[in-house]
Amino acid sequence: MEPIGQGLVFGLAAIGPGIGLGILVGKAIEAMARQPEAAGMVRTTMFIGIAIVEALALLGFVLVFVIGG
Amino acid sequence: MTSLNAMVAAVPYGGPWELPDISHLFEMPTLPWLDFQLFGLELGINRTILIIFLTVLVSMAFFGMALGSPQVVPGKLQATAEAAVSFVRDRVAIEIIGPEGSRFVPLLFTMFVFVFLNNLAKITPFLMLPPTSRIAIPGFLAVISWLVFVGVGMKEQGPISYFKDMAFPPGVPKPVYVILAPIELVSNIILRPFTLAVRLFANMVAGHILVVITLITIHAFLVLGPGLPVGLFALVASPLVFGFELLIISLQAYIFTMLTAVYISSSLHAAH
Repeated sequence: MEPIGQGLVFGLAAIGPGIGLGILVGKAIEAMARQPEAAGMVRTTMFIGIAIVEALALLGFVLVFVIGG
Repeated sequence: MTSLNAMVAAVPYGGPWELPDISHLFEMPTLPWLDFQLFGLELGINRTILIIFLTVLVSMAFFGMALGSPQVVPGKLQATAEAAVSFVRDRVAIEIIGPEGSRFVPLLFTMFVFVFLNNLAKITPFLMLPPTSRIAIPGFLAVISWLVFVGVGMKEQGPISYFKDMAFPPGVPKPVYVILAPIELVSNIILRPFTLAVRLFANMVAGHILVVITLITIHAFLVLGPGLPVGLFALVASPLVFGFELLIISLQAYIFTMLTAVYISSSLHAAH
């Protein structure tokens, strides 16, 4: 049962950040296409957003190793 | 790491072996002659601590030489160090905290350099272990960041009214405060340092596992055994993995410093 649990932990943990990252980067591309002069600032803010959202997915990945083996 | 290598090297000779625990990649043996006891804990100097010593020495030497005797017209070394300091001061402290950010630049710059150099040990040859992947180190950095932003908030806004303003933001109908106040208090005081530490820790753990598994795959498939497609794929993927990890290293160091600055700024300027 434990491998099933470990697989489920990361699988379920990756759903939310996956959708979140898709929305985030999509909106950033849209913003850069609408106003190319602001592309630098949009790109910097996008990377900051990616780092924060990705933390949740990586927390799930680390918990796989913490809860078993 | 040595037992993992020994197991991988023993694979062509057959015999029983089992998948080692993931902690073999992170828990290193200590130098035997330096073990000591402190309050009942067995302490020692292991690879993680030695890497921290090395990065601290490197940064002290670099910034000591570069900024020790500053000239009015800077040479190349001083210009590089000044570029790093002005990045933290202008792009992080003053942009986020405002003009009062100058007095937090020593703390933010030290955090940035410490986290960046220790993260960089993840892809440095012969080091290959980021000390920030052991939870104590980002944990304690997050404790320092927490003490700073709670202390600054209590000093600027008064101890009681700081927590009162945090728990009861204005412009909310009265009955909602019953739910909102615990959520706000927990989210600002407990979750902020926790997520700060875990974000850095989890990124470094995942990156270390990725780098080490890629390199072991190259060794195990190309050098020791057959399996040209898998080994070649790992060989071609390894510069991409290193480049991606370099991006993550810089990004996580910047995010840690920037979020500390954001928390300090939210303590200084009562946003509500």
